[in-house]
This record gives sequence, structure tokens and C-alpha cells, in this order.
Amino acid sequence: MADTNLALPVERSTVAPYKILFLVMAIVLLVAAPWFFYPIFLMKVLCFALFAAAFNLLLGYTGLLSFGHAAFFGGAAYFTSHAVTVWSWRPELGLLFGVAGAAALGLVIGFLAIRRKGIYFGMITLALAQMFYFFCLQAPFTHGEDGIQGVPRGNLFGVIPLGDTLNMYFFVLAVFLIGLFAIYRIVHSPFGMIVKAIRENENRAISLGYSVGAYKLAIFVMSAALTGLAGGAKALVFQFATLNDVTWQMSGEVILMALLGGIGTLIGPLVGATLVVTLQTYLATSVFPVTIVMGLTFMVCVLTFRRGVVGEFYHSRTGRGLTQKDGD
Amino acid sequence: MKIDVGSPADVHAPDAVPDAAGGTVLSCRGLRRDFGGFIAVNNIDLDVRYGEVHALIGPNGAGKTTVFNLLTKFLQPTKGTIDFLGHDITRMSPSEVARMGLVRSFQISATFPHLTVLENVRVALQRPNGLATQFWRSVSSLDRLNGRANELIDAVGLSDIRHNLAADLSYGRKRVLEIATTLALDPKVLLLDEPMAGMGQEDIGKVSEIIRSVSKRHAVLMVEHNLKVVADLCDRITVLQRGEILAAGNYETIASDARVRSAYMGIDNE
Repeated sequence: MADTNLALPVERSTVAPYKILFLVMAIVLLVAAPWFFYPIFLMKVLCFALFAAAFNLLLGYTGLLSFGHAAFFGGAAYFTSHAVTVWSWRPELGLLFGVAGAAALGLVIGFLAIRRKGIYFGMITLALAQMFYFFCLQAPFTHGEDGIQGVPRGNLFGVIPLGDTLNMYFFVLAVFLIGLFAIYRIVHSPFGMIVKAIRENENRAISLGYSVGAYKLAIFVMSAALTGLAGGAKALVFQFATLNDVTWQMSGEVILMALLGGIGTLIGPLVGATLVVTLQTYLATSVFPVTIVMGLTFMVCVLTFRRGVVGEFYHSRTGRGLTQKDGD
Repeated sequence: MKIDVGSPADVHAPDAVPDAAGGTVLSCRGLRRDFGGFIAVNNIDLDVRYGEVHALIGPNGAGKTTVFNLLTKFLQPTKGTIDFLGHDITRMSPSEVARMGLVRSFQISATFPHLTVLENVRVALQRPNGLATQFWRSVSSLDRLNGRANELIDAVGLSDIRHNLAADLSYGRKRVLEIATTLALDPKVLLLDEPMAGMGQEDIGKVSEIIRSVSKRHAVLMVEHNLKVVADLCDRITVLQRGEILAAGNYETIASDARVRSAYMGIDNE
């Protein structure tokens, strides 16, 4: 804390007015949405949007591609379900237990994975997530193939019954907004600046005295914890936790969501998750096979708009006019 | 150009600063590094003194960058010791020695391309000012570093482009930004790996001037190929050849050394 304090605050970072307007409009739309769309579908979208945004914290802002995020998503679903079903915890405490479990899992997996870079990092996360999958398959508390069924939603803070779909929707919406705000805060914080610097030039960050391993591990755990928030919320919405959420396909799906929407932007993963979940939901009742359509969508994305939907928009003339020099 | 490199910002830095010119800041004895069976550098003794610009020259493959990587701990020596301000740093990590004030640059320009010039310099200021781990605070809490960052940016002449992305800067200006970022840490020793490589004549003059003024309050060790720059700027020169020290001394001594002339400059006789 040396003599830099005497500096005058020259330029202050400010939030553009259109952004506040956009934010208010988005929240109003989300609040009104359950009267126009099927609430369970909306809650699913919100959970996956938070999942994708938490994943993007790692891929987009830190440059670390994890192939094992399903472990945190599905893991938290199990932890939350177990806490509220077997231990009869209140839903908010169960959710926090899921977050803590996912963070602990992230600490172990991250600790081992950050020692390597690029594809090796990805492979280690994949391998450890697969180990966790087999653990879930065998461990008695997950009930193997059956999963944890009939998870009670309980009463929020002991008073608000979440069995009511509308109450549940607003609870999930609140969780989503809190999670998203946390991501925004982390990205636009002193810590986030260092993480970006590490993404940009790791050796230079080391030569400036930063222990990059510690920063990578910290952001990894944060991403895992926020992923856990999404996973736990999803378990409460659907009232079950299954093996499906810890499979490697789930890790792949979140990569697709983030890429489709645009990595390194705050809104991109939300758009990507909405597109993917919507496609899945509507294709489920049609004759088109879901996986083929998803595969084609991914190919079109990679071939024609590599920055993702939102990324391309920011890059376009209109987008650049709006965003000026701040990335999102 | 007047350059005020300011006062120390790092509270963790060692206190034992030899302020008298000529005091040894960084030294190594018997430094050796093997890569498999190949001895990349061997038996290197080096003393970098306060207030001096020390150059490391030699033909390609002589081991200059290896010595650099050893001194900054990016490589571990096979043998030998490194002493920095009276501390044995032989077994420390690169980020530890950087926190003590031993800061390096890289052969290829080392900026953070998608951060602005101001943000680049601020990244260096964040750690010593305890503003690096707060993930719960707004980024505007970094604004109090702007004053110091702007001083450094002004000092190296990048004031007009402080909000441009580093990626959009010309090559010479990237190197200059790199020096400003390094100075932000108020290092005891600057290690510059080919700071003039790929620069135009005009930029070379500017950067030389910056390095000269910096050297008044720091020790500077640089790898350099441009002999004109070395002759103008450097007080002490160590010539490497095939991983070993061929000669050391000031420019006159080096330039008149027959072995150096044949090995490095390719001149047998005149």
C-alpha cells in the first residue's frame, strides 16, 4: 500500500445507460414470462443458462477448456437432493450444500488439472469427471441407475411452499440472477483483471510476480461452485437427480451452449443455453432425431459464426457501436 | 526526455538496496544447465551492478536466453548459485523472485494484447498495491492506480494511446509498453531480452533513452544483438560463446579482444 493512493481518480469506469435499460427490460420479461410460457421449461432454461455462464467463466474469461463440468452440475444435483430428501434440509440449505459439494469437488479436480495446459488440462478434467461418474454409479446414496427420486421442494426459509410452481419459478429466477451477478462481479473485479491477464499471457503474468496456479485454481473453484448452484436448482425443479447429469455428454452439451452463444461474453452462454434447451424440448416431440439436429447446429455454428450468436453481434457494426470499448 | 521512475511500490521487496552505484545487485557463480546430455551453458559468473547497463552478447545459440531464463528462475540450473541482494535465490520460483524485484521481459513482446495500455500497466501495479485477489469488488476500485499508471505511460510517451488495446500497437510501442509495465513494479533489476529486436531506428533511439534513464536508479541486464546500441548504452559487456564466457569488460576491452573479434564479429584482423 505505497504512495499510489495520492493519485487522482482520473477516469472512472461507468455503466452505459442503455445497459441499465436492457437489464431492467430483461428482468421485467423474466418476471412476466411464466404467464406466457410453461414454467418448468423456463426454469430448465434458467438452470442451463446459469450452468453455461459458470462454465464460460472458465473457458471465456480464463481460457481453460474443461471437459468435466458435468461432475459439478450432476454432483451438486445429488448433494442437494440427498440433503433435502434424506436429511430433510430446507431447500435453500440443500442448495448451499450442493454448491459447497461442487466447490470441494472443483478444488480436487482443479488442483490436479491446472498443472497442465490446453488439451491435457481438458483430458485430466474429463478423466476425473468420468471417475466421479463411476463413483455415482456405484455409491449407495445415489441409488445408481434409479437416481434420487421424489426430491421434496419443501418450504423456502421454512415458510414459502416451493411446491407451488410460481413460487418455485421466482426462487429459481432469484438464484439465477444472484449467480449471474456473481459472475459479472468476478469478471469485472481486480481479481478478474488478473485472470484475464493470465489468459492473455501467462508467462508475463508470472514475470510480474503472480502465482498463476493459485489464480487458476481459484477461478476453477468459483466456476465449479456456480455450476453447482445451477445443478442443485435443477434437481429441485425436476425433483430428481440422475446419472444423466454427470455423464460426459452433459459436459459436451455445456461446451456447445457456450460456443453457440459466444464465449467470453456475459450474455452469450445465456442465449446459447436457451437455444439448445428450446431445440431439445421441441424436437423431443417431433420426428427429427435430437442429436443429429444438435450436431448440425454445432457444425453450422463453427463454420459460419465462430464467435457465437452474441459474439458475432458484438463484432458487427451495430454491436460495436453499442459496446464501444467495453467487451460486454 | 525526463523519466521519473518514482519510488518503490512493493512492500515485500528486500530492504537491502545498494544505493551506491557499483554495488552488486544480482550475481551468479558457476552457473550450468544441461539439457539431456547437452551442456547449454557452463561456468557462468556474472555480476550485475546498480546504476549500470550490463549487456550479454554472443552469436546465435551462445546461450544468452538460457542464462536469462536461469537468472529469472524460468529454468532451474543444474549447478551453480544465484544471489540477489544477498539472498540465495537458486531454488526459488519465478513469481517469488519477481515479487522480490527481479523482473524480466521476453524476446517476443510480452504484453496482454486484449487489455488496454492503461490496463496493462495497472496489472503490474495491482499486486504490490494489494488489489489482485478481490473478486467481490468492482473493477472501478482499480481507478486509484490510474495516477501512477498514467505517470509511467507518460514517461514512456504512450499518453495519446492509453486506451488503445495493446494488440493494436506498433511493434516498437509494444516494447515500450512492456518496459513501462516492468517499471511499474519498481524492480531492482530489469532483465531485457533483446529489447530492440525488430525495431526501427527511430524507436531504437527512444528505447535507448528510456533504458539509460532507468539505469540510473536500477540495475539493467540486457541481451542485445545490435552492437551500435551496445556500444552506446552499455557500461559492461559479457560475451558468450557456446555456453561459456569468452570475455567480459567495457566496450573498448571487448572490441579489442582478438577472440571476440574472430568469434562474434567475424573479423580476423584489420
